[in-house]
Amino acid sequence: MSRITDYFKSLLLIELFKGMGLTLRYMFKPKYTVRFPMEHIPRSNRFRGLHALRRYANGEERCIACKLCEAVCPALAITIDSAPREGDGQRRTTRYDIDLFKCIFCGFCEESCPVDSIVETSVMEYHFEQRGQNVVTKAQLLAIGDRFEPEIAAARAQDAPYR
Amino acid sequence: MDQLIHQVLVPVGYIAAIALPLIVAVAMFVYWERKVIGWMHVRMGPNKIGPFGVLQAFADVVKLLLKEVILPSSANRVLYYLAPLLALVPAFAAWAVVPFGEKMVLADVNAGLLYLLAMTSLGVYGIILAGWASNSRYALLGAMRSAAQVISYELAMGLALVCVLVLAGSLNLTDIVHAQAGGKGFFDWFWLPLLPVFVVYFVSGVAETNRAPFDVAEGESEIVAGFHVEYSGSAFAIFFLAEYANMILVSFLASIFFLGGWLSPLQGWIHADAPGWINWIWTGGFAWLLIKAFLMSFLFLWFRATFPRYRYDQIMRLGWKVFIPITIVWVLVAGCMKYFGWVVAGTGV
Repeated sequence: MSRITDYFKSLLLIELFKGMGLTLRYMFKPKYTVRFPMEHIPRSNRFRGLHALRRYANGEERCIACKLCEAVCPALAITIDSAPREGDGQRRTTRYDIDLFKCIFCGFCEESCPVDSIVETSVMEYHFEQRGQNVVTKAQLLAIGDRFEPEIAAARAQDAPYR
Repeated sequence: MDQLIHQVLVPVGYIAAIALPLIVAVAMFVYWERKVIGWMHVRMGPNKIGPFGVLQAFADVVKLLLKEVILPSSANRVLYYLAPLLALVPAFAAWAVVPFGEKMVLADVNAGLLYLLAMTSLGVYGIILAGWASNSRYALLGAMRSAAQVISYELAMGLALVCVLVLAGSLNLTDIVHAQAGGKGFFDWFWLPLLPVFVVYFVSGVAETNRAPFDVAEGESEIVAGFHVEYSGSAFAIFFLAEYANMILVSFLASIFFLGGWLSPLQGWIHADAPGWINWIWTGGFAWLLIKAFLMSFLFLWFRATFPRYRYDQIMRLGWKVFIPITIVWVLVAGCMKYFGWVVAGTGV
């Protein structure tokens, strides 16, 4: 008996029509597509993207050349040289390079920093056009920090209760 | 001079009036296909070039035409270049007998249906030649599959059309449409007495144009792209054009044979006097044929978005063991309908 009903089911294409009904319903559903350059999906405030060096409100750079980030970096992506600063003799970095090809974006540098100087921003849309540009220098990192300071501060403030 | 105009220039004008809109229709159909399949996959489809992406197909055409046509070193040069043309010419030539409306037909021949069957079968030679001439094993396999498939479905398609011509009593496409006129609206059309055959015809049309779910001839997962794997640039574009022109042709033919061609689905129900521009809704006209063909061609895309590809032996089984028996039985049923007068062709209007 079931063979006969199966036969008529397949002859009447019932399951095929069911499938077509399904695709027709999906045709009118709202689409999942995010038009990327114009639209973005929500991004966590803990997102670990491009690095930045921050400054205090008075314009003084935060970094004190303690080299904890260099020590903790599992990918050996950070290179720091330091010397007493001319004028007041404070200990400061003379060189702070991050090789973005080596970096694995683990966030340990940010965790280890005692003065919240090195941070990972939520910027992820960047590119290099020439060989060697993968190494970001201290000046570039400070510039990134200056440019995105409001967002960096806001993200840190949002996350502060959980730290 | 007068003779020249009537015998050469006027037909050429008619041909251009069919072929050029057809090429544009193919381009828009490709866009519509990508859009519809995208929507059914909960994507958006092309939306960057032109408003809502409508110019996407034209951008693709320009890209294909600017590309180099690469001749494989071991290919047969003459056949390799001949094959795309052999695929394209029948796909366009078949349009000669398609009636777009009352008296709107390029060649009102009495054996129009036979001509159509001949033309749609000829298209497969282009595919076979392409597969053979490009001297690639993938292309050859695709061509062989395509040939076997087209031959098996040609039978079911021909038998389905036998039912139509039994009821219509004519091989002339205009007469077939006239035979579907009547006072019962769209119940006068042949889809109702020939419902199983209608389904068989359309599915055979999908198989004959090598479209999903019967696209084993270009089964990407097995034989890369099948018969046109070695073609690039404008030669590939011509295959593409032929395939889509064939799809549109099958949609038009299904509308003509089973859905009353240019006749209105309201024929005989409404008799109103209205201004000419709206009169076509109940008297029928090219717009109705266009609407019907559009809906039929939508089915192609709907099938493609819904069904997985058939296995090769399943395709053969469906063609030989299901479709051909059904159509043979229905030829007898149609004969009885005609003989006992259950369906009377062309009762009025």
